[in-house]
Amino acid sequence: MKCVKPWRTATMAESRTWSQRAVHDWLPVAVVLLSVVIAWYVAAWALNAPGAIERVLDEEAGYTQLELFEATMTMERPLMPAPHQVAMDFYESLTEWPVDSPRNLIYHVLVTGQSTLLGFVMGTALGLLLSVLIVHSRTLDKALLPWIVASQTVPVLAIAPIVLVVLGSLGFSGTAPKAFIAMYLCFFPVTVAMVQGLRSPQKIETEMMHTYAASRWQSLWLLRLPAALPFLFPALRVGVAAGLVGAMVAELPTGAQAGLGARLLTGSYYGQTVQIWSALVMSALLGLALTGAVAGVERLVLRSRGGV
Amino acid sequence: MTPAWFWPAMLLLALVAGYSVHRVAALQGGRWTGMATAALFGAWVLVFWEILVRALDVPRVLLPAPSLVMGSMGDHAPKLWGDFVQTVGKAVLIGWALGCGLGFCVAVAIDRMPFLQRGLLPVASLTSAIPLVGMAPIAVMWFGFEWPSKAAVVVLMTFFPMLVSTLAGLQAAGKLERELMYSYAASYPRTLLALRLPAALPFIFGALKVNATLALIGAIVAEFFGSPTSGLGFRISTEAARMNMPLVWGAIVVAAVTGSVAYALLVQLERRAAFWHPSVREG
Repeated sequence: MKCVKPWRTATMAESRTWSQRAVHDWLPVAVVLLSVVIAWYVAAWALNAPGAIERVLDEEAGYTQLELFEATMTMERPLMPAPHQVAMDFYESLTEWPVDSPRNLIYHVLVTGQSTLLGFVMGTALGLLLSVLIVHSRTLDKALLPWIVASQTVPVLAIAPIVLVVLGSLGFSGTAPKAFIAMYLCFFPVTVAMVQGLRSPQKIETEMMHTYAASRWQSLWLLRLPAALPFLFPALRVGVAAGLVGAMVAELPTGAQAGLGARLLTGSYYGQTVQIWSALVMSALLGLALTGAVAGVERLVLRSRGGV
Repeated sequence: MTPAWFWPAMLLLALVAGYSVHRVAALQGGRWTGMATAALFGAWVLVFWEILVRALDVPRVLLPAPSLVMGSMGDHAPKLWGDFVQTVGKAVLIGWALGCGLGFCVAVAIDRMPFLQRGLLPVASLTSAIPLVGMAPIAVMWFGFEWPSKAAVVVLMTFFPMLVSTLAGLQAAGKLERELMYSYAASYPRTLLALRLPAALPFIFGALKVNATLALIGAIVAEFFGSPTSGLGFRISTEAARMNMPLVWGAIVVAAVTGSVAYALLVQLERRAAFWHPSVREG
């Protein structure tokens, strides 16, 4: 139970420090984000102006700078859509179409999120299993771990097209190949971090387990796994973000029907820039939501274990 | 059909392989025995891969034998070399250098502005959760099919990790050392050059290493979205579509070797540049 200090009843002072903290922490972020939006508008104006002059405005009749600005902000297929255009497209796709329509971004989020999560769960399970085996076997440690560590320096995502072709010719399609790619992208960071984490208990601690005559299982369950948790969660955050990239890339060559990656690709085929940008915004939100969820679980778990 | 003695022979060979790896792993010794174990294990994997693929007549589409991959790499060496130059020599190298350089410069520039730091750091950290490589179709639209569009994606992907790491590294110098510099009345640039940048080196090298892999991934995936008729990503996606899997594996071998060599080079460079740092001395 938390200790409430009875003499600290001055809520006014606390609320002031709270607001001061908000200014201290959030004002800079707000300023940075605002300047990003302003820079975006300026970029939209600068990039779209030549196209707008050519396609929208009548050059012979002449135009004012205001008309030019208006034209750059409202073009049909702009080189760089203005933020409000993206926001409008985003909002319309969410509200004006049913959830199971391919025009609704939620539909694509569900498709991509499903394969990402499935792959993430499988990859994490595989990584945990393998790291436990590696920690307990000197042979596996010496033979396998260097390869897994080395795989961190290799663009493993490049194997995605092979996986798609192989699983496709074996008759798998839909979620399975995408989840498989997300799985092996999640698997590497989790394994590397967990081997490190399971080895993190100090010698004095493992020796204490030894004097208690604890079995391997007990010392794994009671000492090594809890000690590895702080290593596991950062790897999970990396893994889920990598899995999302994997799932999106996996959607590229499959004929592009559903998913955020497919949405990006169709957008670029048909020059629908606004569609590309709103799909990008959606995938950014999905990535933030996934890592945010992992971070939330991390906080819950570490707090319930009495950590900081 | 495989002859009757095939499976018992394979079993025997597997036992020999397992035992030999086990024995080498049990050897006492420094780094070299560790690497020998890994190398032996890798060699055995290749041997079994070759034998099983040939014996079981696995279709080439599913899994080409290592010898086939090697042969294909030999046959198409000029092609793969062109891809390497296109992707690694232009897009990756230029994008990586620009992205890391920009991230470093911005970090140093806002080092004296805590307000901007507090604003940029959370935003820059969050970008690691965002699939930035999705910018590829837009980059292609802006910069065309050639390598500048790939380099742009690489710049975007490498910029933020470098920014975050450099900012963290600049805070890494100990209080004691800073106070020493202060007592010497050292100016800000002097402190930066003599104390804080050297103290930040391990962080910077960490970002350089992570970014090397990120840059390769970015350039290859960006080529999936549209590219000229060469490049590792282009080779992988088009040859996969044509079911010419040995060449796809060959392109992946090139990418993998590039990633590992880049990493090894950076580790060597770090040993030279930050030889005094505890993290290097221990390793």
